[in-house]
Amino acid sequence: MNHNDIIICRCEDITLGEIREQIAQGKHTLEEIKRACRSGMGPCQGRTCAPLIINEIAKATGKPVSEIPLPTFRPSTSPIKMASLLGGDQHD
Amino acid sequence: MIKSADIVVIGGGVIGCSTAYNLAKLGAGKVVVLEKNYLASGATGRCGAGMRMQWGTETNCLLSRESVKMLSHLPELLNVNVDIEFTQNGYLMPAYSEKMAEQFKKNLVLQNSLSIPARWVTPEESLEIVPFLNTKGMYGATYCAEDGHCNPFKVTEAYAQAARKLNVEIYTDTEVQGIVTKNGRIISVRTNQGEIQTDTVVNAAGGYAKTVGRMVGVELPIFPERHEILVTEPVEPTMGPMVMSFYHNLYCQQSPHGSFIMGIGHPNEPESYNIKSSWQFLRDMAERLVEILPPLAGLNIVRQWAGLYDMCPDRTPILGNSPSLNRFFTAAGFSGHGFMISPITGQLMAEMVIGKPTAFPIQMFDAGRFNRGELFVEPSVV
Repeated sequence: MNHNDIIICRCEDITLGEIREQIAQGKHTLEEIKRACRSGMGPCQGRTCAPLIINEIAKATGKPVSEIPLPTFRPSTSPIKMASLLGGDQHD
Repeated sequence: MIKSADIVVIGGGVIGCSTAYNLAKLGAGKVVVLEKNYLASGATGRCGAGMRMQWGTETNCLLSRESVKMLSHLPELLNVNVDIEFTQNGYLMPAYSEKMAEQFKKNLVLQNSLSIPARWVTPEESLEIVPFLNTKGMYGATYCAEDGHCNPFKVTEAYAQAARKLNVEIYTDTEVQGIVTKNGRIISVRTNQGEIQTDTVVNAAGGYAKTVGRMVGVELPIFPERHEILVTEPVEPTMGPMVMSFYHNLYCQQSPHGSFIMGIGHPNEPESYNIKSSWQFLRDMAERLVEILPPLAGLNIVRQWAGLYDMCPDRTPILGNSPSLNRFFTAAGFSGHGFMISPITGQLMAEMVIGKPTAFPIQMFDAGRFNRGELFVEPSVV
């Protein structure tokens, strides 16, 4: 099996190959990789792919995992309907 | 790090990268870009990613019209292989009072005189463009089918790649800490990675432009202001144009990815570097949005963030040499519409820096205009 076809970001369908390509282009932080290919921008907000991508960055750069910064955690914690925010079943 | 350069551009956003590319293209010598974080990490990468030509001043109309022309074939223009997601699905701007309608119609005369294909549409015609728009209280709207969207990360990346091909050196994670001057001339730029000798600086630091100006004793009337924004889950193409309402102080557009990107302006937002998200924004945004686009209430919000507008008192950017320090150029103060005019702005700035006649007259946009009292008030900003 070609490892490059493995899906790393399930929300946005980003493969290991695409992640490796971004790293090869010199993007060595989650923030940069995310903005280049949308990894971690889906409904789960990188909960699955962030540690996997950190491992790839660590492997490519030789840096320990602990030195790869995490991206900013942004609200909301989980997806929320606008109608729910307005507190009503009137929009549901 | 490089020891000396002909020109140092401060700021790795779309304006800095576009200016650097154009400088190199015009043969300005060694050009360096200094970026504190990573490319497009500031206002560029946080913006609403819209692109419109419907403006209220001649200059903004011209700058945006020329930029849309360039964006329509930017990868070929720059000879790079980057998909910038250029889409033209229009901007629809509803008017909710007679006064607003009058101003919009005045803007239309100006826009049409500059070959911008915007037009007045009735509430009924608006429904043909956005079928689920709530037209209650609407006098009509202006619509320009050639407005649209571009991906700010990709546009910046395209300019950065093209610049690097022309030997521009781009240093990320490099923070400017000071600018050394002597007898009214720039000597060098000090960073946390070393010092670069140069006699020319372009200040493209966005919300931080004032801070950079103060490094050389130049007081720029640019102030940072937080603007918040959110993105929803992606859905099938549902809404063509950006809907922008000055009455609700809101904009909302479906991106090619399928997600809806939307933001509101807060009249009482204080001057600050704060880019934290607030819960109040979520509620206000949702409340105003469902009033004008009711079915979107069913969408899931995935993420919210914030960025800085680099505001100018007249909401028109400062482009030009400093009246008090020679060869300290500023390209900032874009007041929320820098991204969409970045292609032509970079070209004009480069022409100005190397002393070539500019494609459009822009000398009146120097920082000195505030002392002369010659302002260019742009009425159409959220």
